[in-house]
Formats: sequence, structure tokens, C-alpha cells
Amino acid sequence: MIKVKDINFYYGDFHALKDISIRIKPNTVTAFIGPSGCGKSTFLRLFNRMNDLIADTRLEGECLIDGKDIYGKSVDVDKLRKNVGMVFQKPNPFPKSIFENVAYGLRVNGMNDKKKIAQRVENSLISAALWDEVRDKLNKSAFELSGGQQQRLCIARALAVNPKILLMDEPASALDPISTSKIEELIHQLKEDYTIVIVTHNMQQAARVSDKTGFFMLGELIEYSDTKKMFLKPDKETTQNYITGRFG
Amino acid sequence: MNQKLKQKIAFFLFRLFSFFIVGILVSILGFIVINGIGVINWDFLTKSPTDGMTAGGIFPAIVGTFYLVIGSLIFAVPLGVMSAIYTTEYAGNGYIVRFIRLMTNNLASVPSIVFGLFGMALFVNNLGFGDSILAGSLTLGLLTLPLIIRTSEEALKAVPDAYRSGSLALGASKLQTIRKVVLPTALPNILTGVILSIGRVSGETAPILFTVAAYFLPNLPQSIFDQAMALPYHLYVLATSGTDLEASRPMAYGTALVLIVIVLVFNLSATLLRQRLNKKFKQN
Amino acid sequence: MAQKNLLGKIIEKAAESLLTVSGALTTIAILFITIFLFKEGFGLFKTPGIEDGYGLYVNPENPVNQLRPSDIKNMYDEEITNWNAVGGTDREIMVFRIDDVFDYYSDEDLGENYSLLPEKLGHIISDHKNIIAYVPEEFAPSAAQGAKEVKVLNTTVSDFFLGKEWLPTATPSPLFGSLPLILGTLLVSLIAIVLALPLGLGVAVYLSELADERMRKFLKPVIELLAGIPSVVYGFFGLVVVAPLVQKAFNLPVGETAFTGGLILAIMALPTIISVAEDAISNTPRAMREASLALGATQWQTIRKVVIPYAGSGISAAAVLGIGRAVGETMAVLMITGNAAVIPTSIFEPVRTIPATIAAELGEAPSGGQHYQALFLLGCILFLISMMISVVSEMVSKKKNYKSV
Repeated sequence: MIKVKDINFYYGDFHALKDISIRIKPNTVTAFIGPSGCGKSTFLRLFNRMNDLIADTRLEGECLIDGKDIYGKSVDVDKLRKNVGMVFQKPNPFPKSIFENVAYGLRVNGMNDKKKIAQRVENSLISAALWDEVRDKLNKSAFELSGGQQQRLCIARALAVNPKILLMDEPASALDPISTSKIEELIHQLKEDYTIVIVTHNMQQAARVSDKTGFFMLGELIEYSDTKKMFLKPDKETTQNYITGRFG
Repeated sequence: MNQKLKQKIAFFLFRLFSFFIVGILVSILGFIVINGIGVINWDFLTKSPTDGMTAGGIFPAIVGTFYLVIGSLIFAVPLGVMSAIYTTEYAGNGYIVRFIRLMTNNLASVPSIVFGLFGMALFVNNLGFGDSILAGSLTLGLLTLPLIIRTSEEALKAVPDAYRSGSLALGASKLQTIRKVVLPTALPNILTGVILSIGRVSGETAPILFTVAAYFLPNLPQSIFDQAMALPYHLYVLATSGTDLEASRPMAYGTALVLIVIVLVFNLSATLLRQRLNKKFKQN
Repeated sequence: MAQKNLLGKIIEKAAESLLTVSGALTTIAILFITIFLFKEGFGLFKTPGIEDGYGLYVNPENPVNQLRPSDIKNMYDEEITNWNAVGGTDREIMVFRIDDVFDYYSDEDLGENYSLLPEKLGHIISDHKNIIAYVPEEFAPSAAQGAKEVKVLNTTVSDFFLGKEWLPTATPSPLFGSLPLILGTLLVSLIAIVLALPLGLGVAVYLSELADERMRKFLKPVIELLAGIPSVVYGFFGLVVVAPLVQKAFNLPVGETAFTGGLILAIMALPTIISVAEDAISNTPRAMREASLALGATQWQTIRKVVIPYAGSGISAAAVLGIGRAVGETMAVLMITGNAAVIPTSIFEPVRTIPATIAAELGEAPSGGQHYQALFLLGCILFLISMMISVVSEMVSKKKNYKSV
């Protein structure tokens, strides 16, 4: 459902992404791994056009979601971002209550019905495995939650607007091991209803959660294959070297 | 699409507001420059007013402002810099420093007329200086003290700690470090604050109304106990009283132009100086 | 070598003491200002409310022993005409000033250097049961000469703060009701804030969210220039350009009104509001903004629902500081709000603010007299307001917005 062909991306003169082509099937979890600065976050942010916020960037190539070019002239970027949700590296809840955080996306997209909003908030918090922990304190400030809870709140917030695709940019890197494993469990469950693309620098995590993995280095997609294969018997030597820790 | 429309309207309004502000500035400056430029000539700047303020020049007012500015700096700069040195180099971070900073902020928000009232009560009456350049300078110095303190504090804070450690590690005392390393490094930024304060003090009227300003003096002030004329007060008087308002209008425009030029030149110099210094710091 | 070290150490200690003392400078200044203002100002409440050096005398049979300053003024203005309104018997009041003595006696009758004046005054007073005479103390008739002195009460605190008439030069009793001035100040400042706050916020949003680098480089100096223009120049501009415009546009008898003052004050408060608000808005973390955009919100929705609430404390600080600037402004207001120390009934009338009153009247007030003291009292009010504003803005900008918003 996501089809990318011959993507080249520039920050000013810096050639950040080189000739990348990839296909991602619906209801799968795809992980992007690779050393720092290799372009995986940049690539992720292509799918919801968050790179548009940075000045002096240039994109060449095709990026299609469900057959439509998301960089086409007539594309409504706000609508795109509703359909392609994002969870960031550090939890970034709004300075509002837990309820209002999750409801934000709904209100902003025009939903007014109080009952509907309450229902959606509850469903999203359930999907994000946070409902039981916050059902009694929905009106408390989001900042009162722990780091792991805040991140799950951000996931709930993203899920509330019913995206088809969920982008996760190193979602657990700022969290403790217990929260991390809770998030990984969550990803497993979410797979049934969403297409998930996750960027991580933690190879074991990629091995645990994803169906397919893409290995990036210096702006190039070195290898892309089934996760099992990638970690047991990768095709390229560079991949092998990275996975076995020859370089970081 | 409703949201998009709302955004378009809101952003258009904000853009409009910003241009409106530019328009206001242009009208005020334009008003003064256009009306005042014809009045400015060498005589205007170097002669005394004549014919009941309808002709002649504004030289005494320029001189008076000059004396007052220098006077205020003599009081405010040494005291302000020393105060800043105390709070940044000696006082640490406890409640004493926070209290001092609070007091400095309070002093900064005192209206200028209250300074004038206080200056009159203390310097003119209580200490008996009378309406004088001394009283006026002290009052203006008090007014500008918080500004000098604030800018000096920032200048001192911007000096890297590495310089201090380096000097102390060589056996220099704290005072020597401040005198020989910290202060010289902070000096350009302190200077910026001083220039800013000149711009501010030149334009102040309320503090000098009852401490030094005179409507007309036949001679230039000879001592610090004399009264003086001053540009802002001169403009005020020309615009609102005097014998013939219509006829003195051109003089008023000329005074306003000279005043604005002085104020803006100093403000701009301070800003430019600060920008150039920041660049140098960034390069380092 | 040791001697040099000792001298050096002494100098160091002295220098450090000097520095420490200079640290206390601003605190000392605030202390002194407070003391001087309040000492002088509160002296008003200890002085009888009649012009210094004068007294009031009535017929010994008149039961009235003391009078309030407002009553005296009303009697001499003939707004009160009967003694029973001030606690006396039912008689029409006869008002007498020292100059009226020539209606009764000629210059020779009064003797050399007016030596016989007290005696003659005593005669006049004893002859008229309903008289009240306002005479200088040096010529006052004694009880033996047939007159009774009326004690004039001091101006009270409520006279000053709630009195509706500000007549500092009235005789025999000046009135120092500051209500018109307080209301005038509030009115002009309110107009200024209502105009400046939305405008300033809009420009702040434009600067921090919408403007490109070039626009920002252009606008910031413009705002700094506006901030640097002296108050008296704003007043001049207001007087010559804005007041006539307002007069024509709203069909008024004069253009010098509260509205005109508020207009100019708004322009003067704008740079403060803009720079503080812009600072607060641009300090909103990028992550929060991105989170909102990633959910499909438009930029304007993000600004309205996330950025501005987050920057709320900074924006409130901007508003408070703007108000502070407006309230304390003297010269511009003095030149363009007209000269009417009366309670305003509409924004298109002339008013007087507290700072303008001080500036306009201090030159005329004899040092140490009641008018002088009253003006210092006004200064106390102003000083207190500015202290409160300074403290409030500190508190408001320190509060971080973590709670539900």
C-alpha cells in the first residue's frame, strides 16, 4: 500500500536519501534500522510530509500511498496527516488533560459530538493499553503520567483520528525497559488494524516486532527483506557486519 | 476547508497588523522629518532662541541635554557596573541576589514622573541643590540605573567561566581577575548598554520638569548648580505654551527632529554594536 | 614583599565592601523613594483642609464648631445656603471674604498697617449671626473681639480617595478628591490595552510563526524604533496630527479626549507587548507543534490551541507590562487628553490622569503646602501601582503552564 520509487532527498546541497525504492504491504510492521544519521528518520518523515516544515529541502521521485502521489499538487496535507499518524521519539503530550490530549485530533478535524468524542477517546486509550491506568483521572494533566505512560498517551492520541498508517520514530528510545516491552506488545496488537512503520536503532527490538526490515546506511537502502531472513542470513555483507556489531 | 479559510483570514489580519505598525512608524517619523527638515540649518543648531521662541535656534537646549546626559552617566555607570559586578561575581544565587534583582526590576518599572517627584523632594528641596544640573543629573541617573545594571549583568554573564578559572589558576585574586580579564572582556557589551541609556535619557521629560528644566535662559549654564534648558522640555513648551503657538510651530518641528535624530542614532548604534558583538562571540 | 601583600589585601577587602554596598543600591533607592513619597504625601491628612495661613470665624452664638473642607467649599460656592445643612440653626448663610471688609469700612477706618482690622472684623462678625468669615490668621479677631474660630477638619482618607472633585486651588478650602484622576487613568489605560493587546498579539504571532527571515529582520528594528521614540514626541504627534483627526472623525468639540490618549498610549505600549509575547511564543517547544501538525491540525489551529495556551504565562506578562507602561505614561497623556480633572462620562471627553496631574500642577504648588502633599499622595498611588505591576508580571512569567489548559 505504500510504494516508493527512486526517491532522492536533499537538505540544501546535502544528498540525504539516495535512490530508494520500497514497497510496504498493509497490516504489516516494517522496521528501519541503521547507524545514526543514515537517513531513516528523514525517510520516515516523507510519508506524512513532516519534512515540509524544514526550509530548503528537495524531493525527487515518487511516493504513493494507496496509488496516490502524496506529493501531488492537489493533495491536502492536513488530511494526509490524519491518515498517516506519527509517534515521536520523546513523548510530547500537550499541556492539557489526558482526555483533551486524545480528543485534540478529533476536535481539530471537526468532530463536535460529545458522546462520540468520549467514545473514541476511550477506544483509543484501550487500543494503546492505557485505559485501565487512566480511566479514573482523565481530567488530570498529561504531565502527571510517567514517561512510558505519556508515550502510550501519544500513541492513543495518534490512533484517535483513525489513521491507516502509523509512523513511529524511535518510540521507545527514551523509555525504560518495562515501558519498552509494553510498547512492543502494543505494536503486536495494533498490527491487526494498522500498517506500522517503525524506525529504531535497537536491532533486537526490530527483530522482535517487525515482519520486514530495511537496513539503511549513509542515505541508501542497503537491504530490505523479511525480518527473519535479515537477521539470520542477510544478503549483503554490510548488513551482516552491522547486525553482528562490527560497526555501530 | 472551513479551517483553511479561518487560517487564511487570521493570517491575513496579522500581516495587516504588522504593516499597520510599519505605517505608524513611517507616519510619525515622516511627520517630523518633513515638517522639521526645513527648519534645520547651522543657525538653528548654534544660536539661542529669539523673538519669544519663534525664531533663532535651540543651541542652549542641545547643550543642556548634553550636560544632563553626561551627568546622569557619571552617576549611573560606575555605580551600576559595580552593582552588576557584585551580583554576578560575588553574590551567588541565594535569596539575597534574587531580592536585589527584584528590587532592580521594581526600580525599572517606576514611572518617570515619580522619579521627578522624588528627585525634587530629595535633591532639590531636602538636600538643597535647587533646580540644577546636579539635581537633574542625579534624578536621570537614578532613572537609568536599572538599565545600566541589567545590561552590565548580561555583559558580565556572557564572559566565559573558562577565562575566570584560567586567571585564578594562575594565582590572581578575584578582584584582579575581574579588573584584568572579566571587565575588559565585558566592556564592549557594557558600552552598548551605556549607549542605549544615552538614547533613553536624552528623551526624558518628566524627571527634569521640576529638577532642572528652564523655559528660557539668556546664558548657558556655568556650573552644576545652574538650571539648564533641555531638548525634550523645549519641545513640550513650544508645543503647549509659549506666547504664540502657531508661530513657534516650526521651531517645535525642528526641535523634535533634532531630538529624534539624537535618540535614534544612539539606539541604532547600540543595536548595531550588539549585533556585531554577538557575531564575534558566535565565531569564537 | 609582605607589606605590599598586606596593603593589597586591605585594598581588596575595601573594594569588595564597596561592591557589596553598591549591590544594595537599587534596594536603597526603592526604600528612599517610598519614604519620601509617603512621608510627604500622608502629611496631607494631618493638615486642616483650609488654605494655609487662613482661618474661619463665625458669630459666637453659632452652634457650629467644626466644618469639613467639602462643606466649606460648597458654602462658598453657594451650593449650600442654609446653616442647618451643616449642623447649625435655620438661617441663611452669609459668606464673607477678607476683601469684603471694604464694604463696611474705609481704608482710614482700618488704621495704619491695618492695625484696627481685627477689631473691625470682630464687629462685623458679632453683628451678623449668620456670617462665616474667611480671613488671614494675622488679622483674625479674637474671642474677646466677638468672633469664634471654626475648626476646619483635615482632609480624610476617604475625602482623598473617594472625593469626586479635584479642586486644588479653590479657596477657602481646596478639595483633593482623586476619584476623577483615578478614573481618568483607568479609562485611558483601558482604551490603550483594548487596542494594543489584540494588535500586539497578532504582530507577535506574525513575527514568530509566519514571517520569513527577511520580514523579521525588517520588522524587529521597526518595533525597536517605535520603542525608542520619546514620550514628548508621541505627545507632539498626537497633539498636531491625531487629535484634529479624532475631532473631525467623531464630530467633537475638541480632539483632546480620553480616546485620543488611549490611542497614542496603545502605540507606545505595543513594542513592549510585542517583544514579550513574541519571546514567549517562539519558546514553545518544536515537538509540541509537530505533534499537533502530525495530527492533521492546520498551522492556525496549532497556534490557537497549543502554542498560545502554552505561551499563556508569557503573554499575560506582556499584557501586564503593557498596562504598566500605559498607566505610568506622563508627557504624551499630558499633551493630548485635555485638561479636565472631572469624572469622565464618555471616552470622547477630555480627562486627566494621575501622572499628567502631577506634571501639570507640581510647578504651581507651594512647597510643603497641601496641594504639594496631595500631589505626592498621587505619586504614592502611582508608585504602588507600578510596584504591583512589576511583582505581578514577575509572578506570572515564572508560572509554568503545566496544568490543563
